Amino acid sequence: MTVTVSTGSSSSSLARGLRVTGMAVAAVLVYLIVLWRCLLLAGELTAGNSLAGALFSALTRYDEVGNAFLAQALQQTVNALSIGSIYALIALGYTMVYGIIELINFAHGDIFMIGAFLSVVFTGGIFGQHEGVHNIPFLAFLLLGALLFAMPLVGLINVTIERLVYRPLRHAPRLAPLITAIGVSFILQNIVLIIAGSGDRTAAQVFPLDWQIPFGGASISVLSIFIFALSLGLMLALQNFIRRSRMGRAMRATAQDQSAASLMGVDLNQTIALTFLLGGMLAGAAGVAWGLRFGFVKFDLGFNSGLKAFTAAVLGGIGNISGAVLGGFIIGFIENFASALGYSRWSEFLVFMVLTFVLVFKPSGILGQLTGDRA
Amino acid sequence: MSAVASARPGRPLPSRAQIRDYVGRHRSTSILAGMAIIAILMSVLPKLPPLSAIQNEQPWFDAFANAGIYVLLAMGLNVVIGLAGLLDLGYAAFFAIGAYAYAYSNSNFSGLDLPFLPMLVVGAAVAAVFGIALGAPTLRLRGDYLAIMTLGFGEIVPIVFLNLDTWTQGTNGISGIYRPEPLPLLGEFTAVTPYAYMILMAFIVAVAMCLLYRLQESRVGRAWNAVREDELAAAANGINTVTTKLLAFALGATTAGLAGVFSASKLTIVSPDQFYFQVSFTVLAMVILGGMGNIWGVAVGAFVVYLIQVIFLKQLNSFKEALNLPAINLGPIHFDVNAINFTDYQFLLFGFALVLMMLFRPEGLFPSQRRRRELHIADELAGPLEEDPGLLGAMGETPGMEELSGEDAGPSSPGDDR
Repeated sequence: MTVTVSTGSSSSSLARGLRVTGMAVAAVLVYLIVLWRCLLLAGELTAGNSLAGALFSALTRYDEVGNAFLAQALQQTVNALSIGSIYALIALGYTMVYGIIELINFAHGDIFMIGAFLSVVFTGGIFGQHEGVHNIPFLAFLLLGALLFAMPLVGLINVTIERLVYRPLRHAPRLAPLITAIGVSFILQNIVLIIAGSGDRTAAQVFPLDWQIPFGGASISVLSIFIFALSLGLMLALQNFIRRSRMGRAMRATAQDQSAASLMGVDLNQTIALTFLLGGMLAGAAGVAWGLRFGFVKFDLGFNSGLKAFTAAVLGGIGNISGAVLGGFIIGFIENFASALGYSRWSEFLVFMVLTFVLVFKPSGILGQLTGDRA
Repeated sequence: MSAVASARPGRPLPSRAQIRDYVGRHRSTSILAGMAIIAILMSVLPKLPPLSAIQNEQPWFDAFANAGIYVLLAMGLNVVIGLAGLLDLGYAAFFAIGAYAYAYSNSNFSGLDLPFLPMLVVGAAVAAVFGIALGAPTLRLRGDYLAIMTLGFGEIVPIVFLNLDTWTQGTNGISGIYRPEPLPLLGEFTAVTPYAYMILMAFIVAVAMCLLYRLQESRVGRAWNAVREDELAAAANGINTVTTKLLAFALGATTAGLAGVFSASKLTIVSPDQFYFQVSFTVLAMVILGGMGNIWGVAVGAFVVYLIQVIFLKQLNSFKEALNLPAINLGPIHFDVNAINFTDYQFLLFGFALVLMMLFRPEGLFPSQRRRRELHIADELAGPLEEDPGLLGAMGETPGMEELSGEDAGPSSPGDDR
């Protein structure tokens, strides 16, 4: 994940790949050890030990009890990765659209919400599945079917919105498309509200929740691994598409300079529509993953998740694809550890504080270059 | 208001021109006179049909007073969106801050009982402080970031009020807020006779309107125009853009805080669910419908939208019940008019209103001339492209560009026809 939409360097030698891989593995190992010892420290402190004693055992304890925290660290990490990959998938849609037409697509969160609803329609409505399916081929069919059902539909809805609403406003003053996007967001929410009602609708968690890999004292959910793997696959596919294909090149060119790209024969309308299609499809996949993981869908789901995913995109550097993924995972970790430590109702607040700090101290995000013109 | 309404240019009649001239030179007097007429109309009309047929006069006074809160909110948001061109999506947060400020100063919960009129100023000032704290870091960046920051802030403030339950009583909110002490001429502020609230609100709106018109035509107002139209050019001409934008943002927050104090004193309860995103969105829709940048247009827009929201949709419901239409059953198609609750559709309507207004009439229903020209700049830009597509074609193989210019000119033409 080193290619960005805006720069798109294609030099990838074997040595550089190995170096990056080595650094990533080392970072993961360091992270796991630190997290393991932090959890151990927290456990000792809640058990009522003195600060000095807890610190001492956090540094030196390697017996049965101490090692059990490694399992917990691993379990929480996998959970965080699965939440983070959902946010990353949504954030990709925000960042791609922003990268190409500099519009904050406020309706993107609601596109994700529609994806979640469509996956429920597929598994619960069409196939009548309301609990875990242990028959692996049937489960594979259901999951693949839900993805193939939700992703193109949601992508098409996104393209249609772009065609009807955003395209006529492409050269209007900035405020107009932003206000329109807010309007579209409300239209989508309220259409779903009218069709589906205002309460939580249960989503069939067709992926069995009892599939857990016991590990030490903890257990690692196969579903979380599945969601992470699915998202990683989609992200790699997207990256390959943008880096290798002709249309991907057109997208990168358009993001850099619209008029120059169109003079080189790039069809701007088609390229922008493609961006919306890809963003919508990824949001659809995120919706399917949401239904599997959280077991409920609601009409205003897209508002909060969209805000978090947007924060992820800004955190990583808006307009930057790898940044969106990185930001998504960071937000996933913040949210997961906030709820693991019993502060789940403050998670929105934490995410907002992250947004504030990023905008104040590094508005270009972690990986992006400064896109906003500072006054 | 009628006097102000005729202040639009382009009327040939000399008498109108004289009025216009007078209104132009004595704007504040005219606004006060206009609002006095409106206050008299609001006092008299509910006693007469057709308004008296819908509900009694006290509920009408109540509705007018509540509409006044939204008029105030919309006029404040208009400073941010219409005058300075910044998108504030968390406007309800400042409304909430004003309301909670009053709740702390006048309830059993805090044990304080401070006088109402000074608290109007204090609540507004507290909201302004929060506005400056939020705006100062964000306004250095491009407008998009402000939109998302304010969206986040508007989401966070109710959550904080909800979660800090030792300080705010969480979901239940702070109830039993004291009503304002009786004022001379207005009499008692009570729930059953909300007349005093209505008159006080009309007065606040009139004063706010006078001040806003004066600001709009002052040096600051011209700086807002300049920043909105071209920030770079404004900065090059020596305007401190950050301070100018911050002032607009803080002024918007102040107005919202004022409305919050009034609202809390009228409802006598504040709770987080009164300040969710729907409020910000409603006020935004009012500003867009009324006409960004036009102070009286926004005020009228807010008043009408509020009355549609609380009176017309409910009336539509009772009208439908009175008709008692049979349900339509055509095999799979099942349509029952009686099952429709029109009030459920208000946000859908607002959503469509925003999108359609932006597409076809971005200057709003009562446009300000300057804003109209600005918002139709896209048509002017699309014009030359449309006129000579051959020029671009001659420059090489540019199928995309040809299609682009054609597409752009198409949807914007309805605006030209008008």
